[in-house]
Amino acid sequence: MVGLCVGRPTCPWRLTIKGLHSRTPKPSYRLLLAAVLSFVLMFVDHRTSYLEKPRYVASYLVAPVHYVAHLPTAMMQWGKEQSKSRSQLISENASMERQLLVLQQRVQKLAVLEAENARLRQLLNSAAELNTKVLTAQIIGIDPDPSRQEVVVNKGANDKVRVGQAVLDAKGLLGQVVEAGASFSRVLLVTDSSHALSVQINRNGVRAILAGTGQVDKLRLMYVPTTADVEVGDLLVSTGLDQRYPQGYPVGKIVSLHVEPGDAFMTVEAAPTAEIDKVSHVLLVASEEGEE
Amino acid sequence: MRMQPASGTLLIVMTFLLAGLLQVIALPDAISAGRPLWIGMMLVFWVLALPHRIGVLAGLLAGLYADLLLGRVLGVYAISFALLAYLTLNSYKRLRVYGALQQSFAVFLLLGVAAFSAHILNSSLGENTVSPMLTLLPVLFSALFWRPLFGMLRILQIRFMVR
Repeated sequence: MVGLCVGRPTCPWRLTIKGLHSRTPKPSYRLLLAAVLSFVLMFVDHRTSYLEKPRYVASYLVAPVHYVAHLPTAMMQWGKEQSKSRSQLISENASMERQLLVLQQRVQKLAVLEAENARLRQLLNSAAELNTKVLTAQIIGIDPDPSRQEVVVNKGANDKVRVGQAVLDAKGLLGQVVEAGASFSRVLLVTDSSHALSVQINRNGVRAILAGTGQVDKLRLMYVPTTADVEVGDLLVSTGLDQRYPQGYPVGKIVSLHVEPGDAFMTVEAAPTAEIDKVSHVLLVASEEGEE
Repeated sequence: MRMQPASGTLLIVMTFLLAGLLQVIALPDAISAGRPLWIGMMLVFWVLALPHRIGVLAGLLAGLYADLLLGRVLGVYAISFALLAYLTLNSYKRLRVYGALQQSFAVFLLLGVAAFSAHILNSSLGENTVSPMLTLLPVLFSALFWRPLFGMLRILQIRFMVR
């Protein structure tokens, strides 16, 4: 039958003969092998942390793809910057200087308040909050899956980014680092449906859990008793009780309350204060715990 | 006549890298949900073109690459794409003689199976919440983009003599 296949590289018979006599396993055995391997990998990756090191090494392979994928956006930004007119730049500069002045004035007050706070804490015998170190990073990728709220930023373990670090933008908490590759890391946003953190209402200190919904502009406050003192417009700040996020950063603002008569809890929806779908630069905060 | 030696591995790897790039490149939100499964399509093409070289193992590797790139639990896409390669390998003779429309539909079914298996695994690992119907949207767009991609890759394959 091999004679049938002369000069025909894709001849089916040739493959059959080859399959019979070669030592390579049949596709179905390979599939079985692949299935076993994949399930072992899934188990190990999901349940243990043994694969963190291999993932870290593999991040060198994946990082260039993310960087190249970011190029069009970066080029567009660059073009926009370059084509700004002189008058535009001057007015922008002026407004930034004004802003800087206002912020500097606030910082002056802050130094005094910080010192006072530390003194008061000392009086109360509680640990003083240390200064936090901040690292800026740029968002270079967004998770293409609409069901996941995740972004990729351009700083990684080489820049001392660690898993669990909090990520902020100028207006509030954005999320936390869930995977730190060598030169990029993945940030799970507070709006992801698998994400939740401990918050308290800035006005009165009522604590609750703020969970993501999978939508960019919506967060849900969980297990709030119908009798709790919650109002629309209340600012939610992180408590630090979850041992992940630093204390006192704004996370969201309550936008709606709904009490179903008979239910023990009310439905409270909040909007994130961070501009989750607009930011391009973020801050990575090194939390005080775990640092030397 | 002896079978010609394998060649063009570099090109195959490059096409997979390009597919990965298309898989993560930023798109407007409105069309992002329908982003085709580029890596899966690439895999189907190479299995069709070179069934003696590109098979289940290549599918496994392509899947691992997708897992790393998209930050999934390792193995989710690996097994889905290995399955995709296996199914394609079992039907490549028929797929090759199908007409354009029929082939696109077959690709829709093949990628649909892969996408659903990835979806099931993801949900069992507690990773996603998107409805199963929404997983079919990328598959639908993959089927629509199949013929143009097939044509382009065919030209590449012949031009660079990938065997």
